[in-house]
Amino acid sequence: MGLLTGLRSSISRAASTLFSDEEPKRIGIYGPPNAGKTTLSNRIVRDWTEHGDAVGPESHIPHETRRARRRENIEIERDGKTVTIDVVDTPGVTTKVDYTEFLEHDMEKEDAVRRSREATEGVAEAMHWLREDVDGVIYVLDSTTDPFTQVNTMLIGIIESQDLPVLILANKIDLEDSSVQRIRNAFPQHETIPLSALEGDNMDEVYDNIAEYFG
Amino acid sequence: MPEVKPRDGVRIDLISGERMDGLASMEKIRMILDGVRDGNIVILEEGLSPDEESRLIEVTMTEISPDEFNGIEIETYPRKETADASFLDRLMGRESAKKLTVIGPANQIETLHKDETLIQTLVSRK
Repeated sequence: MGLLTGLRSSISRAASTLFSDEEPKRIGIYGPPNAGKTTLSNRIVRDWTEHGDAVGPESHIPHETRRARRRENIEIERDGKTVTIDVVDTPGVTTKVDYTEFLEHDMEKEDAVRRSREATEGVAEAMHWLREDVDGVIYVLDSTTDPFTQVNTMLIGIIESQDLPVLILANKIDLEDSSVQRIRNAFPQHETIPLSALEGDNMDEVYDNIAEYFG
Repeated sequence: MPEVKPRDGVRIDLISGERMDGLASMEKIRMILDGVRDGNIVILEEGLSPDEESRLIEVTMTEISPDEFNGIEIETYPRKETADASFLDRLMGRESAKKLTVIGPANQIETLHKDETLIQTLVSRK
Protein backbone atom coordinates (compact mmCIF):
# COMPACT_ATOMS: atom_id res chain seq x y z
CA MET A 1 0.00 0.00 0.00
CA GLY A 2 1.39 3.38 -0.97
CA LEU A 3 2.03 5.98 1.69
CA LEU A 4 -0.72 8.26 0.36
CA THR A 5 -3.27 5.47 0.07
CA GLY A 6 -2.45 4.28 3.59
CA LEU A 7 -2.82 7.82 4.94
CA ARG A 8 -6.14 8.28 3.16
CA SER A 9 -7.38 4.97 4.53
CA SER A 10 -6.36 5.90 8.09
CA ILE A 11 -8.08 9.29 7.84
CA SER A 12 -11.18 7.62 6.45
CA ARG A 13 -11.24 5.11 9.33
CA ALA A 14 -10.75 7.85 11.92
CA ALA A 15 -13.48 9.99 10.33
CA SER A 16 -15.91 7.10 10.21
CA THR A 17 -15.26 6.43 13.89
CA LEU A 18 -15.67 10.09 14.76
CA PHE A 19 -18.83 10.66 12.79
CA SER A 20 -20.47 7.27 12.96
CA ASP A 21 -23.63 6.70 14.93
CA GLU A 22 -23.30 5.68 18.53
CA GLU A 23 -20.83 2.94 19.38
CA PRO A 24 -22.49 -0.48 19.60
CA LYS A 25 -23.85 -1.14 23.06
CA ARG A 26 -22.07 -3.86 24.99
CA ILE A 27 -24.70 -6.31 26.21
CA GLY A 28 -23.55 -8.68 28.93
CA ILE A 29 -25.12 -12.11 29.03
CA TYR A 30 -25.32 -12.94 32.71
CA GLY A 31 -26.84 -15.61 34.89
CA PRO A 32 -26.00 -18.55 37.12
CA PRO A 33 -23.89 -21.47 35.83
CA ASN A 34 -25.61 -23.83 33.37
CA ALA A 35 -28.46 -21.46 32.50
CA GLY A 36 -27.57 -21.60 28.78
CA LYS A 37 -25.72 -18.29 28.38
CA THR A 38 -23.18 -19.59 25.87
CA THR A 39 -25.88 -21.50 23.95
CA LEU A 40 -27.79 -18.20 23.64
CA SER A 41 -24.66 -16.24 22.66
CA ASN A 42 -23.87 -18.80 19.98
CA ARG A 43 -27.48 -18.72 18.74
CA ILE A 44 -27.41 -14.90 18.43
CA VAL A 45 -24.06 -14.91 16.63
CA ARG A 46 -25.09 -17.70 14.26
CA ASP A 47 -28.40 -16.02 13.47
CA TRP A 48 -26.94 -12.59 12.69
CA THR A 49 -23.38 -12.93 11.42
CA GLU A 50 -22.14 -14.27 8.11
CA HIS A 51 -19.52 -16.66 9.43
CA GLY A 52 -21.44 -17.46 12.58
CA ASP A 53 -18.50 -18.94 14.50
CA ALA A 54 -19.37 -20.02 18.01
CA VAL A 55 -18.62 -17.61 20.85
CA GLY A 56 -17.59 -20.55 23.00
CA PRO A 57 -18.11 -24.25 23.67
CA GLU A 58 -21.37 -25.38 25.29
CA SER A 59 -21.41 -28.03 27.98
CA HIS A 60 -23.59 -29.50 30.73
CA ILE A 61 -20.61 -29.35 33.11
CA PRO A 62 -20.80 -26.13 35.17
CA HIS A 63 -18.24 -23.39 34.52
CA GLU A 64 -17.49 -24.37 30.93
CA THR A 65 -17.17 -20.63 30.23
CA ARG A 66 -14.35 -19.31 32.39
CA ARG A 67 -13.48 -16.13 30.52
CA ALA A 68 -15.73 -13.29 29.37
CA ARG A 69 -15.83 -13.35 25.56
CA ARG A 70 -16.95 -10.47 23.40
CA ARG A 71 -18.32 -10.75 19.89
CA GLU A 72 -18.47 -7.34 18.25
CA ASN A 73 -20.82 -5.61 15.84
CA ILE A 74 -23.73 -7.99 15.69
CA GLU A 75 -26.37 -6.33 13.55
CA ILE A 76 -29.90 -7.36 14.43
CA GLU A 77 -32.58 -6.26 11.98
CA ARG A 78 -36.09 -5.61 13.25
CA ASP A 79 -38.89 -3.77 11.45
CA GLY A 80 -36.55 -2.33 8.82
CA LYS A 81 -34.18 -0.94 11.46
CA THR A 82 -30.79 -2.29 12.41
CA VAL A 83 -29.57 -2.48 15.98
CA THR A 84 -25.86 -3.08 16.45
CA ILE A 85 -24.65 -4.66 19.68
CA ASP A 86 -21.55 -6.33 21.08
CA VAL A 87 -22.42 -9.54 22.89
CA VAL A 88 -20.36 -10.34 25.97
CA ASP A 89 -20.77 -13.95 27.07
CA THR A 90 -19.78 -14.16 30.75
CA PRO A 91 -18.96 -17.00 33.13
CA GLY A 92 -21.83 -18.11 35.38
CA VAL A 93 -21.87 -16.18 38.64
CA THR A 94 -21.72 -17.97 41.96
CA THR A 95 -20.46 -17.33 45.50
CA LYS A 96 -18.77 -20.71 45.85
CA VAL A 97 -16.69 -23.09 43.75
CA ASP A 98 -15.82 -26.56 45.00
CA TYR A 99 -13.45 -28.53 42.80
CA THR A 100 -14.80 -31.85 44.13
CA GLU A 101 -18.04 -31.20 42.20
CA PHE A 102 -16.06 -31.50 38.96
CA LEU A 103 -14.74 -34.90 40.04
CA GLU A 104 -18.32 -36.16 39.63
CA HIS A 105 -17.96 -35.42 35.92
CA ASP A 106 -15.13 -37.95 35.50
CA MET A 107 -12.41 -35.35 35.83
CA GLU A 108 -8.98 -36.00 37.33
CA LYS A 109 -8.21 -34.04 40.51
CA GLU A 110 -5.57 -31.92 38.79
CA ASP A 111 -7.98 -30.93 36.02
CA ALA A 112 -10.77 -30.29 38.52
CA VAL A 113 -8.55 -28.01 40.62
CA ARG A 114 -7.42 -26.14 37.50
CA ARG A 115 -11.01 -25.77 36.31
CA SER A 116 -12.11 -24.45 39.72
CA ARG A 117 -9.25 -21.93 39.77
CA GLU A 118 -10.13 -20.71 36.29
CA ALA A 119 -13.82 -20.62 37.26
CA THR A 120 -13.14 -18.33 40.23
CA GLU A 121 -11.10 -16.01 38.04
CA GLY A 122 -13.93 -16.01 35.50
CA VAL A 123 -16.58 -15.07 38.08
CA ALA A 124 -14.40 -12.21 39.36
CA GLU A 125 -13.94 -11.06 35.76
CA ALA A 126 -17.70 -11.21 35.13
CA MET A 127 -18.37 -9.03 38.19
CA HIS A 128 -15.79 -6.53 37.03
CA TRP A 129 -17.39 -6.33 33.57
CA LEU A 130 -20.78 -5.79 35.19
CA ARG A 131 -19.55 -2.87 37.28
CA GLU A 132 -17.44 -1.22 34.59
CA ASP A 133 -17.98 -2.32 31.05
CA VAL A 134 -21.50 -3.28 30.00
CA ASP A 135 -24.33 -1.03 28.79
CA GLY A 136 -27.15 -3.52 29.26
CA VAL A 137 -27.79 -7.03 30.51
CA ILE A 138 -29.55 -10.11 29.22
CA TYR A 139 -30.12 -12.21 32.32
CA VAL A 140 -30.53 -15.88 31.46
CA LEU A 141 -32.28 -18.29 33.80
CA ASP A 142 -32.94 -22.00 33.51
CA SER A 143 -36.74 -22.15 33.73
CA THR A 144 -36.62 -25.70 35.13
CA THR A 145 -34.91 -24.52 38.34
CA ASP A 146 -35.92 -22.30 41.26
CA PRO A 147 -35.13 -18.68 40.36
CA PHE A 148 -35.38 -17.57 44.00
CA THR A 149 -31.65 -17.93 44.69
CA GLN A 150 -29.38 -15.47 46.40
CA VAL A 151 -27.13 -15.10 43.36
CA ASN A 152 -30.10 -14.13 41.20
CA THR A 153 -31.45 -11.74 43.82
CA MET A 154 -28.05 -10.09 44.29
CA LEU A 155 -27.22 -9.83 40.61
CA ILE A 156 -30.58 -8.34 39.67
CA GLY A 157 -30.10 -5.89 42.57
CA ILE A 158 -26.62 -4.96 41.33
CA ILE A 159 -27.91 -4.47 37.77
CA GLU A 160 -30.83 -2.32 39.00
CA SER A 161 -28.54 -0.22 41.18
CA GLN A 162 -26.51 0.68 38.09
CA ASP A 163 -29.62 1.60 36.11
CA LEU A 164 -28.70 -0.84 33.35
CA PRO A 165 -31.51 -1.99 31.07
CA VAL A 166 -32.16 -5.68 31.72
CA LEU A 167 -34.11 -8.33 29.88
CA ILE A 168 -34.78 -11.61 31.68
CA LEU A 169 -34.83 -14.71 29.51
CA ALA A 170 -36.52 -17.87 30.78
CA ASN A 171 -34.48 -20.48 28.93
CA LYS A 172 -35.00 -24.23 28.36
CA ILE A 173 -38.75 -24.04 27.73
CA ASP A 174 -38.36 -27.18 25.62
CA LEU A 175 -37.90 -29.18 28.83
CA GLU A 176 -40.83 -30.73 30.66
CA ASP A 177 -40.19 -29.15 34.08
CA SER A 178 -40.00 -25.61 32.68
CA SER A 179 -42.01 -22.91 34.49
CA VAL A 180 -41.81 -19.41 33.04
CA GLN A 181 -44.39 -18.14 35.53
CA ARG A 182 -42.11 -19.00 38.44
CA ILE A 183 -39.50 -16.61 36.99
CA ARG A 184 -42.13 -13.90 36.33
CA ASN A 185 -43.22 -14.21 39.97
CA ALA A 186 -39.63 -13.91 41.22
CA PHE A 187 -38.83 -10.76 39.19
CA PRO A 188 -42.18 -9.08 38.46
CA GLN A 189 -40.50 -5.71 37.90
CA HIS A 190 -38.82 -6.94 34.69
CA GLU A 191 -39.93 -8.25 31.33
CA THR A 192 -39.45 -12.03 31.10
CA ILE A 193 -39.25 -13.68 27.68
CA PRO A 194 -39.52 -17.49 27.34
CA LEU A 195 -37.22 -19.27 24.91
CA SER A 196 -35.20 -22.32 24.12
CA ALA A 197 -31.77 -21.16 22.98
CA LEU A 198 -30.89 -24.76 22.12
CA GLU A 199 -33.92 -25.37 19.90
CA GLY A 200 -34.29 -21.78 18.71
CA ASP A 201 -37.86 -21.53 20.06
CA ASN A 202 -39.37 -18.02 20.38
CA MET A 203 -36.21 -16.28 19.16
CA ASP A 204 -38.26 -13.72 17.18
CA GLU A 205 -39.71 -12.34 20.41
CA VAL A 206 -36.23 -12.37 21.96
CA TYR A 207 -34.81 -10.29 19.07
CA ASP A 208 -37.81 -7.91 19.12
CA ASN A 209 -37.10 -7.24 22.77
CA ILE A 210 -33.33 -6.94 22.33
CA ALA A 211 -33.96 -4.29 19.65
CA GLU A 212 -36.46 -2.47 21.87
CA TYR A 213 -34.39 -2.57 25.07
CA PHE A 214 -30.91 -2.03 23.70
CA GLY A 215 -31.48 -0.25 20.38
CA MET B 1 -13.08 -7.63 67.56
CA PRO B 2 -12.15 -9.56 70.73
CA GLU B 3 -11.05 -13.12 70.05
CA VAL B 4 -13.28 -15.79 71.51
CA LYS B 5 -12.21 -19.41 71.32
CA PRO B 6 -15.30 -21.51 70.68
CA ARG B 7 -15.30 -24.72 72.71
CA ASP B 8 -17.76 -26.81 70.78
CA GLY B 9 -20.06 -24.95 68.51
CA VAL B 10 -20.43 -22.36 65.83
CA ARG B 11 -19.66 -18.72 66.53
CA ILE B 12 -22.21 -16.21 65.30
CA ASP B 13 -21.29 -12.55 64.94
CA LEU B 14 -24.30 -10.25 64.81
CA ILE B 15 -23.01 -6.95 63.48
CA SER B 16 -25.07 -3.82 63.94
CA GLY B 17 -25.72 -1.32 61.21
CA GLU B 18 -24.07 1.29 63.39
CA ARG B 19 -20.81 -0.67 63.48
CA MET B 20 -20.85 -1.15 59.71
CA ASP B 21 -21.61 2.52 59.03
CA GLY B 22 -18.19 3.55 60.18
CA LEU B 23 -16.36 1.21 57.81
CA ALA B 24 -15.21 1.64 54.23
CA SER B 25 -16.47 -0.93 51.71
CA MET B 26 -13.26 -2.95 51.69
CA GLU B 27 -13.11 -2.93 55.49
CA LYS B 28 -16.61 -4.40 55.60
CA ILE B 29 -15.70 -7.07 53.07
CA ARG B 30 -12.47 -7.89 54.91
CA MET B 31 -14.32 -8.18 58.22
CA ILE B 32 -16.93 -10.51 56.71
CA LEU B 33 -14.45 -12.74 54.92
CA ASP B 34 -12.05 -12.94 57.88
CA GLY B 35 -14.94 -14.06 60.07
CA VAL B 36 -16.28 -16.55 57.54
CA ARG B 37 -12.83 -18.00 56.82
CA ASP B 38 -12.52 -18.66 60.57
CA GLY B 39 -15.70 -20.72 60.34
CA ASN B 40 -18.02 -18.10 61.85
CA ILE B 41 -21.50 -17.14 60.75
CA VAL B 42 -21.75 -13.40 60.18
CA ILE B 43 -25.14 -11.73 60.45
CA LEU B 44 -25.37 -8.13 59.28
CA GLU B 45 -28.24 -6.12 60.68
CA GLU B 46 -28.41 -3.88 57.64
CA GLY B 47 -26.68 -5.79 54.86
CA LEU B 48 -24.45 -4.46 52.10
CA SER B 49 -25.09 -2.14 49.18
CA PRO B 50 -25.34 -3.75 45.71
CA ASP B 51 -21.87 -2.44 44.85
CA GLU B 52 -20.44 -3.96 48.04
CA GLU B 53 -22.19 -7.26 47.28
CA SER B 54 -20.58 -7.23 43.86
CA ARG B 55 -17.14 -6.64 45.38
CA LEU B 56 -17.77 -9.29 48.04
CA ILE B 57 -18.34 -11.87 45.29
CA GLU B 58 -15.22 -10.70 43.47
CA VAL B 59 -12.95 -10.80 46.53
CA THR B 60 -14.42 -14.14 47.64
CA MET B 61 -13.49 -15.61 44.29
CA THR B 62 -9.89 -14.50 44.63
CA GLU B 63 -9.64 -16.23 48.03
CA ILE B 64 -11.10 -19.62 47.11
CA SER B 65 -8.48 -22.30 47.54
CA PRO B 66 -8.90 -26.07 47.02
CA ASP B 67 -9.36 -28.08 50.24
CA GLU B 68 -9.18 -24.85 52.25
CA PHE B 69 -11.93 -22.38 51.39
CA ASN B 70 -14.79 -23.07 48.96
CA GLY B 71 -16.44 -19.69 49.14
CA ILE B 72 -19.46 -18.32 50.94
CA GLU B 73 -23.14 -18.90 51.29
CA ILE B 74 -25.05 -15.63 51.61
CA GLU B 75 -28.74 -15.04 52.14
CA THR B 76 -30.81 -11.88 52.32
CA TYR B 77 -34.44 -11.03 51.84
CA PRO B 78 -35.12 -9.87 48.29
CA ARG B 79 -34.61 -6.15 47.87
CA LYS B 80 -37.90 -4.38 47.29
CA GLU B 81 -37.02 -0.78 47.79
CA THR B 82 -34.43 -0.40 45.01
CA ALA B 83 -36.95 -0.39 42.21
CA ASP B 84 -38.79 2.47 43.92
CA ALA B 85 -35.75 4.55 44.88
CA SER B 86 -35.19 7.63 42.77
CA PHE B 87 -32.15 7.85 40.51
CA LEU B 88 -30.79 10.68 42.68
CA ASP B 89 -31.18 8.59 45.82
CA ARG B 90 -29.23 5.79 44.22
CA LEU B 91 -26.62 8.18 42.90
CA MET B 92 -26.15 9.58 46.39
CA GLY B 93 -26.00 6.10 47.91
CA ARG B 94 -29.27 6.68 49.75
CA GLU B 95 -31.01 3.61 48.44
CA SER B 96 -32.53 1.48 51.09
CA ALA B 97 -30.18 -1.47 51.45
CA LYS B 98 -31.22 -2.26 54.99
CA LYS B 99 -31.90 -5.95 54.95
CA LEU B 100 -30.76 -8.64 57.31
CA THR B 101 -27.97 -10.65 55.69
CA VAL B 102 -26.56 -14.01 56.77
CA ILE B 103 -23.12 -15.04 55.48
CA GLY B 104 -21.23 -18.21 56.27
CA PRO B 105 -18.69 -20.65 54.88
CA ALA B 106 -20.16 -22.55 51.91
CA ASN B 107 -19.24 -25.90 53.45
CA GLN B 108 -20.99 -25.16 56.76
CA ILE B 109 -24.20 -23.38 55.89
CA GLU B 110 -27.01 -24.67 53.76
CA THR B 111 -30.17 -22.85 52.81
CA LEU B 112 -33.23 -24.98 53.45
CA HIS B 113 -35.89 -22.52 52.41
CA LYS B 114 -36.11 -18.94 51.29
CA ASP B 115 -38.97 -16.67 50.35
CA GLU B 116 -39.82 -12.97 50.68
CA THR B 117 -40.30 -13.19 54.45
CA LEU B 118 -38.42 -16.24 55.71
CA ILE B 119 -34.88 -17.61 55.43
CA GLN B 120 -34.23 -21.05 56.92
CA THR B 121 -30.63 -22.23 57.07
CA LEU B 122 -28.91 -25.28 58.46
CA VAL B 123 -25.55 -24.55 60.08
CA SER B 124 -23.11 -27.36 60.75
CA ARG B 125 -19.81 -27.47 62.56
CA LYS B 126 -16.54 -27.67 60.62
